[in-house]
Amino acid sequence: MSVGFIMLCHTALHRAEQIAWHWASQGCPVVIHVDSAVGRARFEQMRKRLSGLDNIRFCRRHRCEWGTFSLVQAMQAASEMMLAEFPQVRHVYAASGSCLPLRPISELVDYLAERPRTDFIESVTTADVAWTVGGISFERFTLSFPFSWRRQRWLFDRYVDLQRRFGMHREIPRGLVPHLGSQWWCLTRQTLSAILNDPERKIYDRYFSRVWIPDESYFQTLARLYSTKIESRALTLAKFDFQGKPHVFYDDHLQLLRRSDCFVARKIWPQADRLYRHFLLREGDAKTRAEPNPGKIDRLFAKAVERRTRGRAGLYMQSRFPNPGWENGKTAGPYSVFEGFAELFEDFDSWLTKTAGTRVHGHLYAPDRVEFAGGDKIYNGALSDSAAIRDYNPCAFLTSLIWNTRGERQCFQFGPRDNQEITWLIASDPNAQISVITGAWAVPLFHSNANFSDIRRRAAELQRIETEHLEALRSPHAKARIRIWDMAEFVAAPMGPLQLIMDEITPSALRRPVVAPRMVDLSGFGQFLQNLRNQGMQPTLMGDFPADDAPQTPVNRHRQRPFLVK
Amino acid sequence: MNVIERYGLRLTRQRARLRALRKGLELRAVADRTRAIRPHDILAFTTLRNERIRLPYFLKYYRDMGIAHFLMVDNASDDGTREYLAEQPDVSLWTTAASYKRSRFGVDWLNRLQMKYAHGHWSLTVDVDEFLVYPFCDTRPLRALTDWLDASAIRSFGAMLLDMYPKGPIDAQPYHEGQDPFEIACWFDSGNYTIQRNYRFGNLWIQGGPRARVFFADAPERAPALNKVPLVKWNRRYAYVSSTHTLLPRGLNAVFDQWGGEKSSGCLLHAKFLHTFVEKSEEEMQRRQHYAGSREYLAYSAGIKDNPELWCKWSEKYINWRQLEILGLMSKGNWA
Repeated sequence: MSVGFIMLCHTALHRAEQIAWHWASQGCPVVIHVDSAVGRARFEQMRKRLSGLDNIRFCRRHRCEWGTFSLVQAMQAASEMMLAEFPQVRHVYAASGSCLPLRPISELVDYLAERPRTDFIESVTTADVAWTVGGISFERFTLSFPFSWRRQRWLFDRYVDLQRRFGMHREIPRGLVPHLGSQWWCLTRQTLSAILNDPERKIYDRYFSRVWIPDESYFQTLARLYSTKIESRALTLAKFDFQGKPHVFYDDHLQLLRRSDCFVARKIWPQADRLYRHFLLREGDAKTRAEPNPGKIDRLFAKAVERRTRGRAGLYMQSRFPNPGWENGKTAGPYSVFEGFAELFEDFDSWLTKTAGTRVHGHLYAPDRVEFAGGDKIYNGALSDSAAIRDYNPCAFLTSLIWNTRGERQCFQFGPRDNQEITWLIASDPNAQISVITGAWAVPLFHSNANFSDIRRRAAELQRIETEHLEALRSPHAKARIRIWDMAEFVAAPMGPLQLIMDEITPSALRRPVVAPRMVDLSGFGQFLQNLRNQGMQPTLMGDFPADDAPQTPVNRHRQRPFLVK
Repeated sequence: MNVIERYGLRLTRQRARLRALRKGLELRAVADRTRAIRPHDILAFTTLRNERIRLPYFLKYYRDMGIAHFLMVDNASDDGTREYLAEQPDVSLWTTAASYKRSRFGVDWLNRLQMKYAHGHWSLTVDVDEFLVYPFCDTRPLRALTDWLDASAIRSFGAMLLDMYPKGPIDAQPYHEGQDPFEIACWFDSGNYTIQRNYRFGNLWIQGGPRARVFFADAPERAPALNKVPLVKWNRRYAYVSSTHTLLPRGLNAVFDQWGGEKSSGCLLHAKFLHTFVEKSEEEMQRRQHYAGSREYLAYSAGIKDNPELWCKWSEKYINWRQLEILGLMSKGNWA
């Protein structure tokens, strides 16, 4: 056979035994390196169990620690033994005890036989890789790392700091260009023996023994010196998460692994019985000559990393509660806030529902209850209309509502009579579209039947609240799409602004004319404002309404209302 | 967090441990099979009182999940709970007639047992009406999760309490022994939870769900907490300080991500609202042994007399963990 396996194992030895048996019994020699941390008894047991096969060897044992040169030493020892004892081997395949062959061994043999001169080793320069652990990239080749990252983290970090501060750095041996890559390579006898028998090997070994994570760079760098043909990819499917920890495969990945057409995968959970049963006992499949295609698995793990690092926008939950500014989206989707429209137009809610085809609520933050669309008592996600519950955490109420209704745009009315606590949330949220007609809150007062002194007091209060609200909307921190008109300006030409808002809410809708909403009767409103002024209050937010009371707007109900193009 | 605050937390933790030692004296072993515990076993810890009818399904659920040994404290049951548990081969049982309230609702007793038996084990602390659901729980045993947590150097796993309820009156469909309670109580609230951060203990305070919606609509700040950290790689220095909501040292409470990402988390499906609840709340009203003057039960029994329906048209019907993950109640994090 043309391929031999070297196998590094330290835990779950029963699985390693199984895999070694699988390969060796099909004629592929296996050299096993067992971590010297494994007890003598357990090691002897393994040896005995595999003694039935004459093409399995055990090489000298090293204590392997992650990130240190001991892993390279283990691989060197195993490779040397492989090359010396099995002269017919042409390719040496580096594997671990938690690897699992996914395709019949004969397919791998054929594949390699067709590419007798090719070295399969992922080997890229540091500038081209993103997977660096602990913020150390090229420095892993120029600094010295005598301390263990796992056990002596404090010393490790301090020593790195020290070297950086004093600009200490090591010379890279002449002729070497540092390369990195997966440690699960498959090299030809020619390349591997050239690396192991290099006259300069002592120098290289001394250099790499102080490089950080040398098992990812030793063979990857040296192969560049001797190989005639490098395929810079690993034949072993191995995926790493954002912390540099390998992803593990479980029983439920079976179909995914089958379809990947990779030769070997790692890391397999030792108790994934179904995977081991399926892939080790599988025989008689139609032979395929497919190229490995791990695309689907790549996507799966890329998504997992994305979820762990960026999360879902607008979601606040038990295991995602971002600090202010780190939300990657304060809310889950776009929504619209209308301020003053319901006061200025008759039946604005139902008009908007019909026109925009979205969900339109009343004043969600009204003082007595949450005015859900249609007067519902409970809404999507089982949100209650209780004002007490809403006011317990007003911002969470809005983010929950937007999250619960993903895919359906929400619109709601807002004004100075409502709970103002969400002001900053909506002002700073790029998902919010806020349209304000300032001073429109005065219209209900104008139509109310209260004593004028009460009206005056109420007007002053509402004006103060809305002024504060507008300050937030006009601040440089505001990120929402905000449009503000004063009432006089809006009443003079309401169609332009409405058209603008509608175009934004339903950009792709079919363009068809829609009748404009009917404005409330404003005759006498100018005089009303004048009365407020006469009583000593200064209504500033409404704009210029002449006191002489000529109707500014088409208040005549029998006249044809203007159209909006939708 | 300054040195003084940190020292304060240390004192709180030490006090909790001393208290556990003292309250542990109240426990009397009924069946001690702890010698059967092997080094890598996952253990479950439970306090209970008069829950005989729930036990067969509870034990089956967690045995199937991969719990190797149950360590349980019986608080003076008189319905056969003790006798039933004493016969189970994988249960170690202690009993006490002391006050549930004065053991801080069972926390002291369990802290004591965990100190003694859980050191170095993954330890799951659940009530008999709480059923853990975690990512991939339909295809991977609990051991897969704990192995992954070990490999990722994560010591604790959060699981929010998710109140489940039936459609119609709570007691309309009687629960019978051995039955999956979620055949009856299969509805839940999907999106009405509020979260506050507790900076002292570094955990999240989650409230909401049907209990806040129906029983605490006027006083939502009093609604029960739903955040829990039930699964912990235990060390004898650890202690739960308030139910399973809060742990010390505080690093164990950091089961959420603050920088926009999602950590892995699960849910504890809470099968509280079965017909047994109605009887129980009457009994508990007499005993007054629950949290904050049994305020919850007071509110419940008042609520139950008026309107026993928790279900509403926006209630979500439980399907599986993937549904909970899509709804944003739990997350796979980077476990794939």
